[in-house]
Amino acid sequence: MNTLTHDVAQATTQAAHGAPVDPFVFSFTVFVLAVIVGYHVVWNVTPALHTPLMSVTNAISSIIIVGALLAAGPVEMNLATVLGLVAVGLASVNIFGGFMVTQRMLAMFKKRK
Amino acid sequence: MLSANMVALAYLAASILIILALKGLSSPESSRRGNAYGMMGMGIAALVTLQLDAVQNYAWIVAAVAVGGIIGGVAARKVPMTHMPQTVAFMHSMVGLAAVLIAVSAFYDPAAYGIAAADGGLHMASRIELFLGTFIGAITFTASLIAFGKLQGVLSGKPLVFAGQHWLNLILGTAMIAAGIMFCATQGWEPFLVMLAIALVLGVLLIVPIGGADMPVIVSMLNSYSGWAAAGIGFTLGNNMLIIAGALVGSSGAILSYIMCKAMNRSLFNVLLGGFGGEVASGGTAQRSDRPVHSGAAEDAAFLIKNARSVVIVPGYGLAVARAQHAMKEMVDALLARGVDVKFAIHPVAGRMPGHMNVLLAEADVPYDIVHEMDEINSEFSDTDVALVIGANDVVNPAAKTDPASPIYGMPILEAGKAEHVIIIKRSLAPGYAGLDNDLFYMDKTMMLFDDAKKACESILQALD
Repeated sequence: MNTLTHDVAQATTQAAHGAPVDPFVFSFTVFVLAVIVGYHVVWNVTPALHTPLMSVTNAISSIIIVGALLAAGPVEMNLATVLGLVAVGLASVNIFGGFMVTQRMLAMFKKRK
Repeated sequence: MLSANMVALAYLAASILIILALKGLSSPESSRRGNAYGMMGMGIAALVTLQLDAVQNYAWIVAAVAVGGIIGGVAARKVPMTHMPQTVAFMHSMVGLAAVLIAVSAFYDPAAYGIAAADGGLHMASRIELFLGTFIGAITFTASLIAFGKLQGVLSGKPLVFAGQHWLNLILGTAMIAAGIMFCATQGWEPFLVMLAIALVLGVLLIVPIGGADMPVIVSMLNSYSGWAAAGIGFTLGNNMLIIAGALVGSSGAILSYIMCKAMNRSLFNVLLGGFGGEVASGGTAQRSDRPVHSGAAEDAAFLIKNARSVVIVPGYGLAVARAQHAMKEMVDALLARGVDVKFAIHPVAGRMPGHMNVLLAEADVPYDIVHEMDEINSEFSDTDVALVIGANDVVNPAAKTDPASPIYGMPILEAGKAEHVIIIKRSLAPGYAGLDNDLFYMDKTMMLFDDAKKACESILQALD
């Protein structure tokens, strides 16, 4: 799949410029744009919610579960699969724990009656 | 089975939902919906990955998710809000360790990720990405564990400083990069494992010299690292969603570190050098003057605040240490019922992590619309009848503005001293973590109420009627 997205990306960039673009450059473009989006979105977060921001970003960085699932994917077990499964477990702790504790905190913020 | 294009588009949708989750945090009203978006994004990402052809090992995967999910879910329900900093530090270390495990398994079996070169090894770009992802993940893992230990009190919060510390770190850092370069050149396991081991040790060494009081900065910084580690794995796998999510988290942590450093008037470099807090405190006690203070009883404090039109409460971490939030909330309710205008003033480093004090107040049912940030409320102190300082010290120390020789000179403070009357609830005249005397205590308009914060709030509440 991943190579395929790259192929697609490469094909489009190739079509536009006539020369192949390294997949890394394509990923790097996405990375830089995401940092800029993150910069603007996070400065808009109200300081009162900085703790929930940290717990939710914790859950979000556990999106690496996607990588862990690929490692754990093959049915034949080997070192890679076992490590992948452990990583799936660790990331799950964070995903469930992170989103739930964030929800618990956000539910506490109430307006004056 | 979705086509590759559909998968990529689903990942795009998940990325957008994750951006919306952060965007929701711009106000408490929108934040709960934002959190739901975040969960949806994560759900889409996981489900789409699960239906890929490469993922077949369902029984084991479901078991791993169930075990992790139950542990995480129970912890999320049980953890006390005062323990949020160490909880977050612990979660960072999980992200770091998971990143390391994924990197090791990608190196062991590149074909499972579809990143194998024609000869079954790795392309040069993948090797570099793997190197970066591994060492950032490893440093995040051990550094966060040490930060967790310091915050939880398992390890001493005192900075551990020894001769040649920074040189040792520099040498190890250089050796780690050298091993990484060798790995990129040879694809050998030996340089890879050497690089990994050094990174793990380096994570420990980087955090031991940093004092407990600087932990808000460190936790924010590790938040950032955990994001960069995720982005690094995204580069290795060529997965844009991971890159986007990692970059968002990375910039979020970086911004929080910057805000914390600015609130303490320190540079990130200065915090990382470590050694701050700890020994300084003993020197500070010695120079404490014997100047007279006005001390009063709870009844005197109650008389002052019930006859005031406006009261601004400045809470510090001492409030949480004394578990006084709920007693204080009752006192505040009684004042609000009497028509006194009560507000809270929060310094960015009032708690043990960014925004910590706001969560502690929210937990005590203090409505968030009477809780104000430093920049919003500082101009209001001059129109305030009574500033009530509970368990805070350095954040109201006027020396930060007036005394260029003071170690905290230049740190932004809450200008409680501008109020008509100042009441300070404190157990003793002991200095704060910076080890400094506080001129605010000796002002004519200041009344010291020497008591435990919880008892003081209860006594004031009784005396209000």
